[in-house]
Amino acid sequence: MADRHKQTKSKYTLDRKVPGAFEGETVTRRRLMGLGVNGAGIVAASAFLLPALGFAIGPIFSREPFEWQPIGPPADFTQDTYKTETVTIVPGLGEVGKSTAYVRARNPAIDTEPADQYNQFIALSSRCMHLGCPVRFTAAAARFICPCHGGVYNFRGIPVGGPPVRPLDRFYTRVNNGLVELGPRYSVNSELRRFSARDPGQPLDGIGQYLYPARFSTSVLPKN
Amino acid sequence: MPKLPAPPLPKSLKPKPKRPGEGNGNGNGNGAVGLSHPVAEAGVSAVDWIDERTSLSGGIRWMLFRKVPRGVNWFYTLGSATMFAFLSQAVTGVFLAMYYRPDATGGAYESMRYITDQAFLGQFVRGMHKWGSSVMVILIFLHMARTFFFGAYKYPREMTWIIGVVLLILTMAMSFTGYLLPFDQRAYWATIVGVNINGTGPFIGPYLSDFLRAGPEFGATTLSRFYAIHMLLLPGLIIALIGAHLWLITKLGISAPPWLKGEPDPELEQTEV
Repeated sequence: MADRHKQTKSKYTLDRKVPGAFEGETVTRRRLMGLGVNGAGIVAASAFLLPALGFAIGPIFSREPFEWQPIGPPADFTQDTYKTETVTIVPGLGEVGKSTAYVRARNPAIDTEPADQYNQFIALSSRCMHLGCPVRFTAAAARFICPCHGGVYNFRGIPVGGPPVRPLDRFYTRVNNGLVELGPRYSVNSELRRFSARDPGQPLDGIGQYLYPARFSTSVLPKN
Repeated sequence: MPKLPAPPLPKSLKPKPKRPGEGNGNGNGNGAVGLSHPVAEAGVSAVDWIDERTSLSGGIRWMLFRKVPRGVNWFYTLGSATMFAFLSQAVTGVFLAMYYRPDATGGAYESMRYITDQAFLGQFVRGMHKWGSSVMVILIFLHMARTFFFGAYKYPREMTWIIGVVLLILTMAMSFTGYLLPFDQRAYWATIVGVNINGTGPFIGPYLSDFLRAGPEFGATTLSRFYAIHMLLLPGLIIALIGAHLWLITKLGISAPPWLKGEPDPELEQTEV
């Protein structure tokens, strides 16, 4: 069987009596033509396929800019209950680009996560961390309740029932020129450790933070 | 390539024998007998003109006058039914696209309202497309069940089954992308939930949902992206794969129902004994 693959013919076209062969030639003209035509076809197809592919997957890699959005003076927000604020997620898109944030002042008695300049006001995103439906704050129960699949969160936005996989997302907040401002959204795990914004349904405890890596497209705070 | 045998023509298509005293008298009795009317002759020559240049008649004969096994029944029509549901979706979709605007700032919903309330027969065509989509999904599953329970996916028809599964996935993708287009509350939230379900796939899920949304949030191009996938990309793929599916069906022939026992050739049995 090994003989079948043994090269019996010379690699030089001149030795193989190929018509028109010349000294030292190893590639026949037919073979060169075939390679050239196929190569030209690949180049021509790539010339329109690669830009189209880049156009389609480009949004994955382009980072969204963000602006701090003023929502009112600090006196508007108490420690005891949430105030509903409309926040623009995607500008220039009307109602579709807007979402709801529930905002209150930080209460050191219950907010055990370490305080810094970005969480003097607690701003919770209204999207449920099961599959992204809008949760509603029910003041009488001091709970956030999701209409779609029955997710329930306590006053701090930590899930206490139903399918949600992590606490409600939050917005960075700061006080600037006497106004409370909302920044980009971020996600938290069950210990309220901060992660860059993830989509709903992606747990961030234990192995989850490795299964659902950060994306290139989410807005981030500028390094200062 | 060997010449295809002439098909067993049904009685109504066979040329009638000449009546005594008719015809040109050479008596060879070929197919042109009885078509002496000038209009009929013009039609025949037009068909001949096309056939001489394309040889289409051989392909049509190969496709339509093929042998089918004994015992085929109404269950065997589910595939054709699915294809006609798709054709209905394609035609009604083209007419809906004449009015629809994939504008996320409100134009999409307004254009759907215009189709439903103002456009002549718009409500009817939209209804056909909406209900037809469910019909197509139901039929494709019934067709798949027929193929599975009749064992019609077995050798040599595995490729037909695989193409059919891809067609099923493409149909599901059609349903998903089409659900957003009315752009009402139900469409919007169903798409949010659907994209987030995509995102729960480990490792690539987050990037997959970014791809579907064209960004980290439901943005300005999400709707037009879904629209382009729904009416350009997926229909093209589905048409191409239906063509491959039909070609394989015709090439391989359809399978007999499983309750029919194969009857060996009596001559073969004699030689074996």
